[in-house]
Amino acid sequence: MPVLAYANPERFARLASSLTPWFLGSAIGLLLAGLFLGLFMAPPDYQQGDAARIMYVHVPAAWMSMFVYGCMALASAAAFIWKHPLADVAAKASAPVGCIFTALALITGMLWGKPMWGAWWVWDARLTSVLILFFMYLGYIVLWSAIEDPARAARAARILALVGAINIPIIKFSVDWWNTLHQGATVFRTDGPSITSSMLIPLLVMAVAYNVLYAALLLIRMRAEIAERRLRSIRLGLEFEPK
Amino acid sequence: MTDWSTFFAMGGYAAYVWPAYVISVVSLLAIAIASWNWMTRAERLASASKSAEGPTPETKL
Repeated sequence: MPVLAYANPERFARLASSLTPWFLGSAIGLLLAGLFLGLFMAPPDYQQGDAARIMYVHVPAAWMSMFVYGCMALASAAAFIWKHPLADVAAKASAPVGCIFTALALITGMLWGKPMWGAWWVWDARLTSVLILFFMYLGYIVLWSAIEDPARAARAARILALVGAINIPIIKFSVDWWNTLHQGATVFRTDGPSITSSMLIPLLVMAVAYNVLYAALLLIRMRAEIAERRLRSIRLGLEFEPK
Repeated sequence: MTDWSTFFAMGGYAAYVWPAYVISVVSLLAIAIASWNWMTRAERLASASKSAEGPTPETKL
């Protein structure tokens, strides 16, 4: 094991531990602000009434489900190309967080779909592709624990993350490519957001809160992963020591 | 207070809005606490075994 490759994660872990309280603190502050804005300050929708408030927890979770997967795929590609030891750690640490965001997008979506569409679930392109994303996350997490040898597990996980990335543009454009109950893009449009600012601001605060929370959780989980790897290498080193 | 009861009623959508918010907050809190506990435990174990066992293998490389 090259000494440099080891020293790097250690330095990162030190940096991460000084950044963690800042990220965690801002995530909590932004989350409280976003919840307050979404529940108290945002107006009810003229068609959907107060059910539209589900948007402030549904849309950021759905964005994060794709963003975290994108980060995982990029980290996996970086692990292949540059062999940086932190890249696999970052991808592995992200997966359970992305899985939770995806589950939240699905559950809050069902809770929004029932009163608005009259159905908890429809097998249309948007919902089905997000469900597939959820299973990609689960498969990725299981793969890491199913393969004993860490190097082989990392390699298999990278391939799975990269293959699954095909799903991300499919999710994004599913509302344009296929007929669907799900509404089209309202924020990330080429002609600008088609949503009033009294609803857009709470939504963006929640989106930033979810992003900062992801960053905080990524730091925390990468620290845990690095410490576990260090522990494993200490134990391995002791096993091979001549008696 | 009528103000609060209209707020909690969510215009008749309480059965959908509140579960969405509660599930979101509880799940994010759960993964945050689980990650924090995992991290503190792993870092404590790693530093304990490092100091207890003397020179670590990487110093010999």
